[in-house]
Amino acid sequence: MSEELVIQMKGITKVYPNGTVANQDVNFDVRKGEIHALMGENGAGKSTLMKMLFGLEQPTSGEILVNGERVNLSSPTVAISKGIGMVHQHFMLVPSLTVAENMVLGMVPKKSGMLIDYKKAVEITEEYSKKFNLRVDANAKVMDIPVGMKQKVEILKALVRGAKILILDEPTAVLTTQETVELFTELKNLKKQGYTLIFISHKLNEIMEITDRMTILRGGRSMGIYETKNVTPEEISRLMVGRDVILKVDKDQAKPTDEVLKVRDLEYVNEWGKKMLDKVSLSVRKGEILGIAGVEGNGQKELVDMLFGFNAPNAGTIEVNGENIIGLDQRELREKHIALVPEDRMLYGIAGTASIEENLISDRCGEKRLNKGILFNMKSIHEESAKLVKDYTVLCKSAQQQVGSLSGGNIQKVVVAREFSNGPELIIADQPTRGIDVGATEFIRKKLVELSRSGIAVLLVSADLNEVMELSDSLIIMCSGKIAAYFEDTKELSDELMGKYMLGIEKQTPEEIRRVCHE
Amino acid sequence: MNIFTTDFFFSIIRIATPILLATLAAVIGEKGGVSNIGLEGIMMMSALFGSLTAYWTGSWAVGLLAAMAVGLLEALLMGFFAFKLKTDIILVGTAVNMIGSGGTIFLVKVITNATMGKSLTSTTSLITKSLQVPSWNIPLIKDIPVIGKVISGHSLLTYIAFLLVFLTGVLLYKTPLGLNIRSVGENPNAASSVGVSVSRVRYITIGIGGVLAGLGGAYMSMYYAMGWSLDMVAGRGFIALAAQSMGGGEPIGSMLAALIFGFAQALGIKVSATGVDSNLVAPIPYIVTILSLVVFALNQRRVEKRRHASALK
Repeated sequence: MSEELVIQMKGITKVYPNGTVANQDVNFDVRKGEIHALMGENGAGKSTLMKMLFGLEQPTSGEILVNGERVNLSSPTVAISKGIGMVHQHFMLVPSLTVAENMVLGMVPKKSGMLIDYKKAVEITEEYSKKFNLRVDANAKVMDIPVGMKQKVEILKALVRGAKILILDEPTAVLTTQETVELFTELKNLKKQGYTLIFISHKLNEIMEITDRMTILRGGRSMGIYETKNVTPEEISRLMVGRDVILKVDKDQAKPTDEVLKVRDLEYVNEWGKKMLDKVSLSVRKGEILGIAGVEGNGQKELVDMLFGFNAPNAGTIEVNGENIIGLDQRELREKHIALVPEDRMLYGIAGTASIEENLISDRCGEKRLNKGILFNMKSIHEESAKLVKDYTVLCKSAQQQVGSLSGGNIQKVVVAREFSNGPELIIADQPTRGIDVGATEFIRKKLVELSRSGIAVLLVSADLNEVMELSDSLIIMCSGKIAAYFEDTKELSDELMGKYMLGIEKQTPEEIRRVCHE
Repeated sequence: MNIFTTDFFFSIIRIATPILLATLAAVIGEKGGVSNIGLEGIMMMSALFGSLTAYWTGSWAVGLLAAMAVGLLEALLMGFFAFKLKTDIILVGTAVNMIGSGGTIFLVKVITNATMGKSLTSTTSLITKSLQVPSWNIPLIKDIPVIGKVISGHSLLTYIAFLLVFLTGVLLYKTPLGLNIRSVGENPNAASSVGVSVSRVRYITIGIGGVLAGLGGAYMSMYYAMGWSLDMVAGRGFIALAAQSMGGGEPIGSMLAALIFGFAQALGIKVSATGVDSNLVAPIPYIVTILSLVVFALNQRRVEKRRHASALK
């Protein structure tokens, strides 16, 4: 392989207008004809770095060289003209058009002056399809073809526009195992033909199998560039997963009692036929916090969706206090005293244009104490919201203020104030402190501990290692839709060990994992 | 008495023509992701300026061109508000419809007062037979029994409208512009990611719709009703939106839907001519509309179920 560098990104820093530092002084280079992995956990800055390389974002400082020449990638069109193509994770395809039409969109071959030369479009598609051994059905409509083929269309689209360097954004995230195997053969084939590939992923086995070199990002900084054959999975995991600052949370030893949430053998296959949950069993008892750790996209979201009635499993049971809850709607789940702090607070947590007060009482506004005949009892509503605003230290002018105008931390306080205050017996907290300020984070974490010690069962899902390790009494790690490990006591755990299970390097025996069921 | 005479079928086509023109505007608009509910208002404005221009110049052809130009202009203005200034396009459409009603009567008074010294409330007295868009007796076909009587002798615009059904299909499915319109309508990100200018395509989409609605307006004031009068378009611009949806958004299907609406209105007129109380007859077009929409919705649901079932396989 030649040592010629086709891409050089030097000292790249990206600060978003809201102050978030996505990349800090990152150096990244790619050799001609290699498959280069860009690794890191969610939020490590992989996507931002690649967006800058594809002209979707501009770096705050630093320079980018393509084939040794300094370039200003002001838009994707410029990037394409420099031979850079991107296969987006969310496909950029028009579903009702055929594969051939999608291929030539924006560069349509014409005949007799103004008509589409559809035959030519099919020819182009088939020519490229054959040349790169990426089999697609040129005449099929994109909405009728499987995900794997859609991805091939995306790759071909970039190639037909002259891309020599391909950025693949988590290409295997949507693929079944069989499709992944196929994709890898195709990528190796592309490499053989002299193409350069940048492969974004956080799946270790894939990286080890297919790449030549890798760059690892953590918290927006580069942890270095490595030859794949010279690093062990353990080293990668140590570089990728880890805490920069360890936060301490004071809590007493948990004294769990009765089982509240009982999940057994839960299975879920998504609409594309990919198994997202594979025989997941767990129990959460009164007075304990069970944490779920794992790299995002390993089934945590699907699990929470099942628990709060947003989706139904293909098999398995979910019981709360001994009663089945599958098929219940959110109102019925709340009547069973289940509370949810949703991952996406803006979408599921609040109604942005409504007031703080209205958001606070939205789960209980039908209760007798807040009503007078057919109308609201405004006095008791004001009392209730004033008390919650005070107890949860929501920083606002008044409870009548629009909730959407608050800061992220205060919005989240409104959400938890509602969810924690209506007598919950089970709290599902999904990424409860993501993207909020330190003060609010600490407040919410303390509240969670306090509530669990008062006898509430808490299920905590978090991609934040600090949070999940410090708050949880015991903990499970999810990997590829399965529980990879169960730790009864989080105190004995190290970042390094966590990383191995999160990335699938190690896995406990079924008996060890089964302990989470407390049977 | 026999309702289904050749006259009756002739009148279906006659009545369906303006609906068809506006329906094609709606078809192209929906394909391009531009929901133009202002077709009614554009038709009103074009009807007014078409008839006035025909009167001023003494030429129906110039009047027709003016109607199209006014339709285009108003549609591009809508585009400016919706795409450039980011106003909700439904609100822009509503405003255009209100201007189409209140604004036209205001304009006709002001303009005729300034040009003729008397403020008219309609232009019906201005459009004489010689300013009417001419009819065409198709050679040979006009002599075929029954069929000749039904399809020959319509306004030139009627034939243009049916030709446009075909041309719309060609535009949408056989030209690069049509491909761009459909992709912008369905996934603007995908289109812009390969260098298609989304806003340019949107302006073209709404502009074509404006010209088509302009033709519909011209048909109303320069053929069907012989002159502009208040609220003369009488909901045809809205019926067109229903026809577009009933026709599944495709040119041929939407043409059939427009003909169903034409049939319903023709039936209403015919039945009331037999002496039945007009209050009983008046709802006929609306009942037909509701029934066809129900049939359409049921059918749509079946198609969707089937698609869903096959996606799960």
